[in-house]
Amino acid sequence: MLAVKEIDVYYGAIHALKKFSLDVEEGSIVTLIGANGAGKTTVLKTISGILRPTTGSVMFKGQDLVKVPPEKIVALGISQVPEGRRVFQTMSVLENLEMGAYLRSDKKEIQKDLENIFLRFPRLKERRKQSAGTLSGGEQQMLAIGRALMAQPELLLMDEPSMGLAPLLVKEIFEIIKDINSRGTTVLLVEQNANMALTIADQAYVIETGEIVLQGAAEELMRSEEVKKAYLGG
Amino acid sequence: MLEFSQQIVNGLSLGAIYALIALGYTMVYGIIKLINFAHGDVMMVGAYVGFFSITMLGTNIVVAMLAAMLLCALLGVLIEKVAYRPLRNSTRIAALITAIGVSLFLEYITVVVLGPAQRVFPQSAFPIKAYNLAGLTILNKQIFVFVSAVLLMLILQYIIKRTKTGKAMRAVSLDMEAAVLMGISVDKTISVTFAIGSALAAAAGVMIGVYYQTINPLMGIIPGLKAFVAAVLGGIGLIPGAMVGGFVMGLLETMVSGYGSSLYRDAVAFGVLIIILLIRPTGLFGKNTGEKV
Ligand SMILES: Nc1ncnc2c1ncn2[C@@H]1O[C@H](COP(=O)(O)OP(=O)(O)OP(=O)(O)O)[C@@H](O)[C@H]1O
Ligand SMILES: [Mg+2]
Repeated sequence: MLAVKEIDVYYGAIHALKKFSLDVEEGSIVTLIGANGAGKTTVLKTISGILRPTTGSVMFKGQDLVKVPPEKIVALGISQVPEGRRVFQTMSVLENLEMGAYLRSDKKEIQKDLENIFLRFPRLKERRKQSAGTLSGGEQQMLAIGRALMAQPELLLMDEPSMGLAPLLVKEIFEIIKDINSRGTTVLLVEQNANMALTIADQAYVIETGEIVLQGAAEELMRSEEVKKAYLGG
Repeated sequence: MLEFSQQIVNGLSLGAIYALIALGYTMVYGIIKLINFAHGDVMMVGAYVGFFSITMLGTNIVVAMLAAMLLCALLGVLIEKVAYRPLRNSTRIAALITAIGVSLFLEYITVVVLGPAQRVFPQSAFPIKAYNLAGLTILNKQIFVFVSAVLLMLILQYIIKRTKTGKAMRAVSLDMEAAVLMGISVDKTISVTFAIGSALAAAAGVMIGVYYQTINPLMGIIPGLKAFVAAVLGGIGLIPGAMVGGFVMGLLETMVSGYGSSLYRDAVAFGVLIIILLIRPTGLFGKNTGEKV
């Protein structure tokens, strides 16, 4: 479904991704794990069209996204839960969700999706008139996920959704990701919480300083000595 | 007391004009963090469009105002596209200097094309009537200015709060990158912001024509600066702040002219600016979040 091929991405003189490649098969959960500053966010921003690679291609359903404007990429079926949630702080919960559906005009379908999201996240329904900035960290993460789902994505990009959350909430978030996937949405999950990510993922990639150093089936990687040492705390 | 109430009446209509102009400053700043110093000059162009609509096409004042709003909306979009968009990723000082350049360009192209002399806004388009209300003199032009300005602000409020475009404008000004991830086109949203801000300025320009009865190519400078102070006073980037700031500046100015001397009325505006910048740089309604640059 998604094939990132040998992309190079720079921030000025900083070479953030070096001949980076990654594949996501339709219907799967793929995780990209790596330490701080490894380049994970850069990968997702490049797929969404916020950053552009100098070489290589990002093929999505047979189309190269490298020259496609970001709003068209959303329309093609890729939405993102960005790092740090990035909800629109002074807008209400409901307005945040509406922004997720910005490119859609099917009012009835939007309403139905909204109800489904409120079903999944009852807390958001209770707080729908409240401004997003007043929500707790966990609630904001739910909102960021709900907002991305409002775009009806075929591929959902998630950037460290468990960051800064209490262990119980982290578990809940991973349950939600599994559930979203089981309903047909393909997921590319960026995580530092390698343990949890590898548990729910089908395929996994390990990135270090802009390069893939390991890849394979998630359960294999979980058993690999290198991964255990570097990312699983033993 | 009567004198005081009279100053309030005068101040409210002047303040409504400043508020309309201040809104454009604040909306543009909210979205691209640029003080658009050409904004007052767009107001001037609006005044001229209104003037020619009345004198050459024989329209009434309402049509003149709508024509000015439409043309200046296009002018605003054009200015952004040609002058500011290419500088979107360069330093803020570069954009600021460009804004000053656009301002001078609009002023002196008008001088060249239409001549530097002031023109008298046709009285026939708005015959002045005075009403007496419990000893207060209220002019029909004051009512016209106040009512149409408030109406425009209500429409703006509706657009920003309720429409999809307005929500997108808020989203872009809150977090541009997150807005892009929603599929919102930043370019389009910025264009809409310039269009709306410039249309409001144009309406204010026609109101100034009605109110002061003369217009000239440099008429945008002082009201533009005062409206800028109003926007800073209310907290730049905050729409309700610009409205309140505009009224405060209008009232302050008429009070100073009424009780002090009209010689000081311009100085007071800049005194206010200096005081806010010293005491509360985020303005009356701004949260103190510290400088983020
Ligand atoms: N805007 C930027 N300008 C310059 N360098 C940047 C910028 N953003 C990221 N970098 C650099 O690019 C590299 C990759 O950053 P990236 O944000 O993709 O890492 P990450 O894996 O997402 O890290 P984290 O887990 O901390 O979120 C880092 O060395 C970072 O310092
Ligand atoms: Mg990151």
